[in-house]
Formats: sequence, C-alpha cells, structure tokens
Amino acid sequence: MAFFHDHILSILLVIPLVGMVPLFFISGENKQAVRWWGNIVLFLDFLASLPLVFWFSSESPNQQFKFIELHQWIPSIGAQYHLGIDGISFLMIMLTTVLGFIAVLSSWNAIHDRVKEYYAMFLLLQVGMLGVFMSLDVFLFYVFWEVMLVPMYFIIGVWGGPRKLYAAIKFFLYTLAGSVLMLLGILTLYLNYTLPNGGHTFDLIELMKHTDSWPLEMQIWVFAAFAIGFAIKVPMFPFHTWLPDAHVEAPTAGSVILAGVLLKMGTYGFLRFSLPLLPQASTNPKVVKVMVYLSLIAIIYGALVSLMQKDMKKLIAYSSVSHLGFCTLGIFALNPHGLQGSVIQQINHGISTGALFLIVGLIYERRHTREIKELGGLSNVMPVYAALFMIVMLSSIGLPLLNGFIGEFTILQGAYEASWHWAAVAVVGIVLGAAYMLWLYQRTMFGPCENPKNQILKDLNFREVMTLVPLVLWAFWIGLYPKPFFNVLDKPVTAIVEQLNPNFFKAPQTKKEAPGIPGGAQAGLRATSKAGGAGR
Amino acid sequence: MGNALFSSLDYQAIKPEILLTMFGMAVLLFDFLLDKSDKFLNAVLVLIGLGFALLQLGIFWFRYFRFGPPAYVGFDGTYAFDSFAVVAMVIIVLATALAVLLSVKYLEIEDANVGEYYALLLFAAVGMMFMVSGVDLIVLFIALEVMALCEYVLTGFLRGNRRSNEAAVKFFLLGAFSSGLLLYGMSLLYGIGGSTKLAVIAERLRDRPSGDPLSWIALITLLAGMYFKIAAVPFHQWTPDAYEGAPTSITAFISVAPKVASFAFFIRIAFMGLWPLRMEWQALTIGVAIATMTLGNLAAITQDNIKRFFGYSTIAHVGYLLLGLVAAADGEGDGLRAVVIYLIVYAFMNLGAFAVVIMMRRKDIIGDELDDFGGLMSRAPGYAILMLIFLLSLAGIPPTAGFIGKYFIFLSLIETSHYYLAVLGVAYAVVALYYYFRIVVVMFMKKPSEESPLATGLGMRVALGVTLVMTLFIGIYPQPVISIAREAVRPFFS
Repeated sequence: MAFFHDHILSILLVIPLVGMVPLFFISGENKQAVRWWGNIVLFLDFLASLPLVFWFSSESPNQQFKFIELHQWIPSIGAQYHLGIDGISFLMIMLTTVLGFIAVLSSWNAIHDRVKEYYAMFLLLQVGMLGVFMSLDVFLFYVFWEVMLVPMYFIIGVWGGPRKLYAAIKFFLYTLAGSVLMLLGILTLYLNYTLPNGGHTFDLIELMKHTDSWPLEMQIWVFAAFAIGFAIKVPMFPFHTWLPDAHVEAPTAGSVILAGVLLKMGTYGFLRFSLPLLPQASTNPKVVKVMVYLSLIAIIYGALVSLMQKDMKKLIAYSSVSHLGFCTLGIFALNPHGLQGSVIQQINHGISTGALFLIVGLIYERRHTREIKELGGLSNVMPVYAALFMIVMLSSIGLPLLNGFIGEFTILQGAYEASWHWAAVAVVGIVLGAAYMLWLYQRTMFGPCENPKNQILKDLNFREVMTLVPLVLWAFWIGLYPKPFFNVLDKPVTAIVEQLNPNFFKAPQTKKEAPGIPGGAQAGLRATSKAGGAGR
Repeated sequence: MGNALFSSLDYQAIKPEILLTMFGMAVLLFDFLLDKSDKFLNAVLVLIGLGFALLQLGIFWFRYFRFGPPAYVGFDGTYAFDSFAVVAMVIIVLATALAVLLSVKYLEIEDANVGEYYALLLFAAVGMMFMVSGVDLIVLFIALEVMALCEYVLTGFLRGNRRSNEAAVKFFLLGAFSSGLLLYGMSLLYGIGGSTKLAVIAERLRDRPSGDPLSWIALITLLAGMYFKIAAVPFHQWTPDAYEGAPTSITAFISVAPKVASFAFFIRIAFMGLWPLRMEWQALTIGVAIATMTLGNLAAITQDNIKRFFGYSTIAHVGYLLLGLVAAADGEGDGLRAVVIYLIVYAFMNLGAFAVVIMMRRKDIIGDELDDFGGLMSRAPGYAILMLIFLLSLAGIPPTAGFIGKYFIFLSLIETSHYYLAVLGVAYAVVALYYYFRIVVVMFMKKPSEESPLATGLGMRVALGVTLVMTLFIGIYPQPVISIAREAVRPFFS
C-alpha cells in the first residue's frame, strides 16, 4: 500500500500504457473482448485515482505540490521525471479519469470498425492527458502535451464524420503550431536561468523561484509564445476556428474528451506555467487587457454564434468557446475569486459539456442526424433522455443548485473585483447562454412529435443512463456543496496570487473590502501592478 | 618502422578503412564463386566486414577517449583520427550496414543481385570515412570523389531501367560540376595558404585583411561546392531526380550516409580551415538555410512520388542541419553538438522510413507512388505502425528521436539569439507534419489499392528492428547520444 501511495501518479500513467499491450494480442475480430478490455483498463485507472480523493487533503499539508516523484531523466539537459499535483491538477486528474472511462463506455455501440485501434488510441490519449496534468518538469510536460495530439488526430481522422480528414489535420496543425512556439518560450526560460553548477534546469518549482531575475521584455515575449500555445488549445478568440470542425467531425467519445479534458489543458497551462513563471508579464496591465478583452469577445461571440446553429453538436461546440471565455476571464482577473471560479468552471464545463456531447451522441446513434429541425417533441418518446438532458442543460446554463452557477458566479465576483465593466459584459454572455440552450431544448424536446422517424425511438438503456448518471451526480455535488472544491483550490490559488504579487494579501485591507465601489477595485489592480513593479 | 614520413601508428589508425577495402575486393572475387541463388552471401560477407570495422572503431573509442590522448593526427598531419571522426565513421558504417540489409531482397526482385553492388557500397563507405577524418584539402577531395564515383555508379545500377540511367547521368554531370567548383575554391585556398593543410590555411586567413577579395572568392566557390554535396538550395536540383531514379535501396543509402559524410566534410573545412571567415560563411549559410527549409518543406507538400517526396524532405532536413551550423559559427559548441545529434537521429529514422518504402517494391509493382501505401494499415498493420513512428520522428513529434534532434537545433539557435531563425524553423516543422501526414492519411484512412503481400525478408526485419529501437530509444532516453555528441565536437571547441 505504501508503494501504491508513493507512486500513485506513475501508476495512473502506467495503467493505460500497459493496458495497451494485451490489445495487440486480442484478435481484432473479437470486438466484444476488445471492448471489455478497453473499458476495464480505464475503469481500473479510475478506481486507482479514487484514493487520491481521500488522501489528498491529509497528504503533506505544508507543501504546494503533493505525491511528488522525482527521478533523473536526461541529466545533461536538466530534464527530470518530476510528477506532483496540487489542488488544481488534482481536480483535473479526477475529471480526466472519470471522463476517460465514461467516454469509452459511451462508445460501446457506436464504434464497429477498427475497434482495436480505437481503444488503443483512447488508452494512449489517457496517458498523455494525465501526464500533462501531473508534470512538474517543463520538458516532460511538453512531451506529454505533444504525445496526446497523435491519438486525438486518429480518433477524429479515422472514426469521424464526413469531413474528418480536414478536421483532424486542422486540429493537429493548429495545436502543433501553438505548441512549437511554446517550446521556443520554454527554451528561452530554460536558458535564462543558470544553476549554481553552470547547468540549466526544466524543473518548474526551481524556475518559479527565480522569476525576479527575468527582465520584463523577455517575459512578455515568452508570455506571448506561451499564450499562443495555450490560447489555441483553450481555444480563445480568434484561435478557435479548429474547434467547431474538430467537434462536429469527431466521434462522440472524441468530442467528450476534447471538450471535457483537452480544452482544459490550455487553461491549465495558463495557471500552471504562464502565471507563476511570468508574473511580471502576467500582471502587466496591457497584457491583462488583451487577455481579458479576448475572453470577453469569446464569451459574447461564442454565445451569438451558438444561437445561429442548426446542428446540435456545432451549437455545443460554440458554446464551449463562450464557456471557456469565462474561464480565461477568471484567470486574468488575477484575484483569488477569479482563479478559483475559473478552475471550478473548468470542471463544470468538463461535466456539463461532456454530458451534452454524450446526449447529442445518443440521439445521433438513433437518428443519424444532429439537425435540430429534424428533431422535436422527443420528450414524449424518450422521457428519461429528456429528463437527463434537462438537468445537464440547466447545469450548463448556470442554474443555482447546479454546478454551473457556482463557477460562473465566482468568476463574475472575481471579475467584478478587478473591474465592474468586465463583469457587466460577461453577464450578457450568461443571458445569451440561457437563451441558446433553452431554445435548443425547446426545439428538440418539446412540442408534438410529428416526424415518424422520431416516434419509434427507444429510450435509454441501462449502460447509456450509467454514462450520464455520474456526471449528473457530480453536477449536483458541486451545485449543492461546493465547499470541498474551494478548500482544495484555496492553497494553489493563494500560491499563484502570491507569486504574481507578493503583497496581495498584505495590501491595505480597505481596497479589498470595498469591491462594491467600482473605481476602488480598479485602483486595487493598479496598486497591484505598481507593487509588482516596485518589487522588481 | 623505417619510413621517416609515416609511422606504423598511421596504419593502425586507418585499420577500419583498410579492412573495408579488403572486404570490398574480396566480395568482387567471391562473387564469381556464387550461384545465382546464393548471392545473398555477398551481403553476409559485407556485413562481416562492416562488423569488423565497427568493432575496430569501438576499440578505438575506448582506447583513445577513455585512457589515451584525445586525438591522433597522422600521415604527416593530413589525417585526424579524433572523436569527431570516430563518431561520424560509426554512423557511416552503421548506415552502410543497414543499407546492405535493405538491399538483399530488393536486388533479388530487381534481378540485379551482383557482387559489385556491395563492393561499391563498401568503397563508398571508405571514401566517406576519409572525408570525415581528413584535415588536408587533397585527402578531403580524393575521399569525396571516391564516394561520389561510387554513388554515381550505384544510382545507375539498374542498367535496364531508363529512369535509373537518366538519374545517374544527371547526378554525374551536376556532381562533376560541383566538384570542379570545389576544386577551384581549394586551389585558391592553397594560393592563400601555401599549404593544403587546414590548420595552416586557417592561420594564413587570419592574417589577411577582412573583406579581402581573394578570400571571398575562395570562400564562395568552396561553399557552393559544399552546398552542392549536401543538397542545399539553390544547389539542390539533382536531389529529387537522383532519388527518384536510383534503386530504392540506393536512395535510402545516399539520403543518409553521404549526407553524414558531406556534413562532416563541411564541418572540417568550415570549422578548421575557414574558421577566421566564420562571420562571412555564417551570413551566407543563414540565407541558404532559410531557402533550403522553405523550398524543401513547400515542395514536399505536392509530391506524389514517394522517392521524390523523400528527396524534398531530405532537403528540408538539410535546412535544419544548416541552422545548427549557423548557431555553431557563433563559437558555441552546442550548435555543432545539435548537428551531430541530428545526423545520428536522421540516419536511423530516414533509413527506417525507406525500409518500409523498399518493401513496397514487389513483383510487377514499382510501389513508389503515394497511392501504393493505400490502406497499409489493413494489409500490414505492423509495418503501417512502424512507418507511422518513423514519420512522426521525421516530423519531430516527441517522444521519438526526431524531436530530440530538432530540440537541440532550436536550443542552440535560441542560445545564440537567432530568434527569427528559430521561429522560422518551428513554423516549418508544422508544415513538415502536414506533408508527412499525407502518407499517414493514405496508410490509415484510405482503402487498399491492391492486396499482394509486401516484400520482406530477414535482412529487412533486422533493419527495421534496429531503426525502430534506435528511433524510440533515442527519443525516450537520449542521454547516451547527447554524451557521445558532446565528445564528438570536442576537437572543434576545446
């Protein structure tokens, strides 16, 4: 047990990797065996991640990163096998193991050809995703970040819709273009910090301690390189154009993982690398302005485009642009509320949008169309489906008692503390969000069920219900009792804010206590950046 | 031992070359004794010879670089047997051995399974080994010609094939022209230096005023000749034609081993002889590198013939290698180390990819069109996955060896503040992914065009195994390769 406890992160990585091996020996004809095996492996991975829930809060409470594993990897360039998690990565990992399992479970009946490769790709994808969230070494992080592109390319390109080839290569090229620029940024940081023995290091914790010595100009260039890499992944406006294509063409499980986990890598990258490694660039008022304005544009633009969509999947894809806009807005509010809200909202988005893609996938398996006008009145023939859809839809809108509300409210709180203008614009996005989701629900579920093809549809079976139930339960948990999540996030968020501005929590309390006065909050931000400047 | 000019140690130092020459001649004799069905024994003999040479090099590596003096300069200061030479020789010998393994089945199918082929491969290897160890213009030039002549003959080896003949003639004419240029530059350098030794030339060049026209002309003609040999733009035109027409096993060979040798040749001349003019050749090389990356990457996108495709992809890789040289010209060993790592990595991944291409040549199927790869995943999943790994490596995606190669190039560029070159380099890496994935799309997402089995054999499987293991091993644990490369560049930056 001690071994398991000390190496839990590696074990989570190794389970899917080793799980790929037997797949090579199962005959491709024996589809049922392949399906069982793929599901079992990812379920095991999920089970193995569960102990983290119980161990996490009691584990080494004074350290920022827990469950650390540190081994030399390429000593001559200072790259290490360095794993460790804080509250943010902990939540991301749980999201990944849950969604990873649910995604393969949902594809039991959806995938009929090349089943073996399909499950192998999902297992490889799981390794890459978990690795990204665990790495504390920037080189290792980059390797995982790239590894994950290949399986996703194949998932879209082989099992996707009619324009799959275009969508798959577009996804790959966009992400790669961003990540190679990020690599240059990483190398710049790497070369700008020399260890006492004359070498260099990719160790994130080590690099974070020496951010003061980096000049602002360099930080801004590196920030730009990182930001392009992460913004493409998020995706932020105007780098979002790959997203609708990839989502529409991907098979259901691919969309679930893409929306649920892959997009979070972008926001996670901002939280884990951009902000702590480049505090002066991240607090630079101009940089903040650019990032926030792009987020606000994404919120409004994504929502408006969603209103116009005729295809359910495309609608949800654009709604992701809007929702992720909230997440980046929260990050660049640069205060504890904004950051906490952002992480919670990322989890929420994983839950709600993951579930929405499952719901679209369920109807697509039955009707082989996603056109909204082809559907209608489905609540009459598929009551269970309609009920689950309702809950998920409401959680996506941000109805109180469900998870979306908690995230959006906290982000708005954080944005308001920074500038009330930002919050005012973002609120419009929430209203629009309610409009497009409710309208979608109304058009597909309510009204008479006139189309004869729809009248004969079967309601969900047990397996299908089980893919949605965990997500619905999680949505209620966050909505009703979010305190454990905030507790987990408290420490990492404090650490980020202190890294950005060591005086944040020591600053005159008057400014913090008066978030209701619009000008006061802005003055607070200005004071923040000034204090950051003085610290240089 | 009597002779005052050369000592017995000199002959010790060229033992691997002597061995290979003897084995090459032995193959020519041995060939007559073999029945047509036993011709594969030629390959076995050649492999034994290469094995001995490799063993010898290994012994040298341990003896000289663990205990003894770091380098041995012999033959009256014309031949440097240093760590750089040994590392380059090892790559060349390994690449030659892999090319031999790839050839056996292919030659049977082409009905060209004769001893000269293997003998020429060995003689080419000997030429290359002198190219990487010569520090004298005459030694370098003769070595280059030995390699080049063998290459021309091997390119036209399929005598009955029109394309092969055409390629050989083109290759020969352009190659001869470039050799002329090179020789002209060398003669000017001799005029400046009064000696053919690179070290003396460097000293004389240092004394000359900057912007001296004679030095410039010597530099430019010499560089033009060398760009020719490494297939850098605008001297690249022979590459796609020669690659397309040559027997595929020879395409694999000339895309790797002579590339390594030519870069070593370039490095010897540029970093030893022309070091005082490094600012000048750096400026020229920056322009050439940009042009090479641009043309190689963009032209590769539209190729439908797989051998031409690899011709342009090789040009693109040459562009990256030149970037490493640019960084190294700033006096940082990291750039040169990057070049050595890249060459090692490139040798394995490119030979691996070519191994799969060679298997496409079966009875009645030429198999060098992109469409011939159609549905490879459903026909031969194992080979499709191998090809995928090699292509990912060529595109520079971790955790494959290709990423490590590109990583060090970019690192050295940023270290020497060539930011715009680094940005350009990574931008073209994205383009490269696109065209390499054209093959992936055909292999994995298209229907098979025909079903006949691939031409494999024991040699092919061994070659694939070696290249695969090296591609993955270097990608996942590059430490040994990095250490070797650091040793290799020590003679230049000590």
